[in-house]
Amino acid sequence: MFAYRIDRRSGVATYVQLVQQTEQALRLGLLAPGDKLPTAREVVEATAINPNTVLKAYRELEREGLVEARRGLGTFVTRSLGSAPADSPLPGELSRWAERARAAGLERGDVEALFAAVLDEQFTQLDGTSKGDPA
Amino acid sequence: MTGTAIEAAALSKTYGRRAPALHDCTFRLPAGRICAVVGPNGAGKSTLLALAAGLARPTAGRLTVLGTTPAAARARLAYVAQDKPLHPQLSVADTLRLGAELNPGRWDAALAGRVVAEGEVDPGVRVRALSGGQRTRVALALALGKRAELLLLDEPMADLDPLARHQLMGTLMAQAAEHGTTVVMSSHIVGELADSCDQLLLVSGGRIRLGGPIDDLLAAHSLVTGRRPAAGLAPHTVVESRASGRGTTALIRPAGPVDAGWEAREPSLEDLLLAHLRSPDAPALLTEDASPATGNEVTA
Repeated sequence: MFAYRIDRRSGVATYVQLVQQTEQALRLGLLAPGDKLPTAREVVEATAINPNTVLKAYRELEREGLVEARRGLGTFVTRSLGSAPADSPLPGELSRWAERARAAGLERGDVEALFAAVLDEQFTQLDGTSKGDPA
Repeated sequence: MTGTAIEAAALSKTYGRRAPALHDCTFRLPAGRICAVVGPNGAGKSTLLALAAGLARPTAGRLTVLGTTPAAARARLAYVAQDKPLHPQLSVADTLRLGAELNPGRWDAALAGRVVAEGEVDPGVRVRALSGGQRTRVALALALGKRAELLLLDEPMADLDPLARHQLMGTLMAQAAEHGTTVVMSSHIVGELADSCDQLLLVSGGRIRLGGPIDDLLAAHSLVTGRRPAAGLAPHTVVESRASGRGTTALIRPAGPVDAGWEAREPSLEDLLLAHLRSPDAPALLTEDASPATGNEVTA
């Protein structure tokens, strides 16, 4: 079962933490379409948060089109985020690239800056719009 | 869930010739909420819970619990007093058996047994040999085993270590999620309740100071900072204002848009409670759903 972790000091509203952790799990392939989210009862038993907080988070995920509540059955994932499935070669390739970067003497900050620059270059081109555009 | 768990109208309680423990308290608690009753020591929290449990009678005013009198609601509510009274000579197992005997048709032996077992309390040991935290666990096991519609818990977590607190709060929340149980918990520690509760009653000096859903109460207030005197905050209701450097920091209830000269943000629950406790003369605020319905209103 998928487990949420609540960070009480983060300053991020609890229901937002639930939404973000679900989205992250969808991106990483920890949750995939058809998977069942834990019930509100299961979440509150493990985290001691208020049941309405869980329901609010699930409504938000439903509004985003990521999950669907099926009456009497539970809440199910309907869509994944990101296009890399769990068995994709991409994570491994990135891992090997990071190893080479490290062996070449790059520090964490250097790698982050390089990665961010490549992301900007690739995704700005593909989107066809730059961030500054007034849509 | 649209019912009412507790409704108080002009409720007062005076013990002997002392100052009233509760004075002219009016509020409503909708069913299905997890309500924190917060206030300093001696505020009247315990008196309020004891009245709702039917263990004491109001000196004046009216109190309705689960749609009836507290005495008539006795079988449908569970109350855990602050000192966790149990029979000291009974073993833990016998205490749970007593719970079963006293609550025929309602008793959930599996749940009560699990609450005790999770604390690794030996069922054969007598209650008088238990530690404070273990007593609390047994008292909560009795209350949960009763499968009550309304749980009235006076300082339930005070004796517990952080792990037990988290575990028992999780069990309480699971019961509420599954059965729609209304839970009322008193505490003077705010952090303990902030994530678990959705409703608030702030009691101080025997009066209700704030009542309503926590989100609504927070949204009704604004924490403002500006390089100007507090007098400039009219027409808003100022709960508390303090000099801050060359300017003012204040907790207000905005009566419309706040002048752009003030930097405004939503207060935390702690900001809200502390400002009200430091300003005993600030007007009380009950949100609409925490206010009793007027006499001639028809319930749908």
